[in-house]
Amino acid sequence: MEELSLKHHLPDAILTAYAGGTLPEAFSLVVATHVSLCDECRAALASLDAVGGALLEDIPKADVDENALAATMARIMAAPPQPPRTFRTQAASIFPAPLAEYVKGGPEKVRWRGVGAGVKQAILPCAGDATARLLYIPAGAAMPDHSHRGLELTMVLQGAFSDEVDRFARGDVEVGTEDLSHTPVAEAGEDCICLAATDAPLKFKRLLPRLAQPFFGI
Amino acid sequence: MTTVGTPKPSLHLAGTVLAMRDGKNSVVPETSKNLDPWTKCLIEFKHSQDAEKFAELFAHFAPRVKAFLMKSGASATLAEETTQEALATVWQKAEMFDPARASASTWIFTIVRNKQIDAIRKQRRPEPEDLPWGSEAPPSSEEILVVSDEQANLRRCLDELPDSQRQMIEQAYFGDLSHYEIAELTGLPLGTIKSRIRLGLERLRYELKKN
Repeated sequence: MEELSLKHHLPDAILTAYAGGTLPEAFSLVVATHVSLCDECRAALASLDAVGGALLEDIPKADVDENALAATMARIMAAPPQPPRTFRTQAASIFPAPLAEYVKGGPEKVRWRGVGAGVKQAILPCAGDATARLLYIPAGAAMPDHSHRGLELTMVLQGAFSDEVDRFARGDVEVGTEDLSHTPVAEAGEDCICLAATDAPLKFKRLLPRLAQPFFGI
Repeated sequence: MTTVGTPKPSLHLAGTVLAMRDGKNSVVPETSKNLDPWTKCLIEFKHSQDAEKFAELFAHFAPRVKAFLMKSGASATLAEETTQEALATVWQKAEMFDPARASASTWIFTIVRNKQIDAIRKQRRPEPEDLPWGSEAPPSSEEILVVSDEQANLRRCLDELPDSQRQMIEQAYFGDLSHYEIAELTGLPLGTIKSRIRLGLERLRYELKKN
């Protein structure tokens, strides 16, 4: 189990939407991956689950079917024996368990596609409008300068990057909104691998990346 | 990987003694005047797998779970179906309930939420890695009471919030996918819960490092 001193956490509003179950899958994947490495956000999430519990206690009751208990007991009896309880603990790779489940393994299982200048990406299948992808930025290389139409969450899994805002290392999450225009540059040393989720296509400022955008799928 | 056997569902008579299967089960606090009755009931069920205890939990939670699902937009039929599934999961997963981390209502809420995402929204729910906490010493009755008090306090504060603020919170928990960008919750004593969990995590990290 890994313990990190993280600097950049998830905003409360994102954690709340995750606790409430209303966050799209791609963003939920970033939340689950970050919380796997971040005790601060894990504790915050527990407090937000407690709000859900309080709302459940307080809600005016609905009528359940007359035979609901019997039907539920029948379900329990008919269910196959429960498999032994398994703890999903940290994978041996840089991918925490929730991400490893999407990739079906570590970084070696990722099917990267080059998007130019040594930068590679892999789209992860997620339901809903938001998309999740893994990004591979060679040490010292820059991501194309871009801004966002919607929300973008970028979490560092390996290496580090810096942009106009700050430096982001393993476990850190950068939140991009409509007013953020940035050029992330991977630090020298280790190649940078990030998990990113967006709910709208990114807008690239320079002409070439903009033209290439439909091809990238970003 | 650690595995813990899950008991098969079995029917016991009411009043069965709390079974201490592996000697590691938590005890129900004796002087539990302040212990939330439903957390107490769930702890008792966890140890006894007693159908009468389950019936009590069902009578309390099923109508609330159904109302919760309907308020989130499910039809009565779908809500009924999902309620039964969620309560069946309560039986099947009771072994994993840890009263030092969450009250019964909070634990059941997380089950219902996950069922809702799966059955109603048809999306996957990525979950954080598990921490092996709770697998060491059983929680003390004091720890359980602290959780119970915090939950009661949270409910009280939720009740006292101005309508506009409460609506914002309800929107976050009953709202739909298109409105997930909500404001941050204010006016609730979440700091105390967060600090306690944070402290527990620090202790756990310390224990793990020692071993």
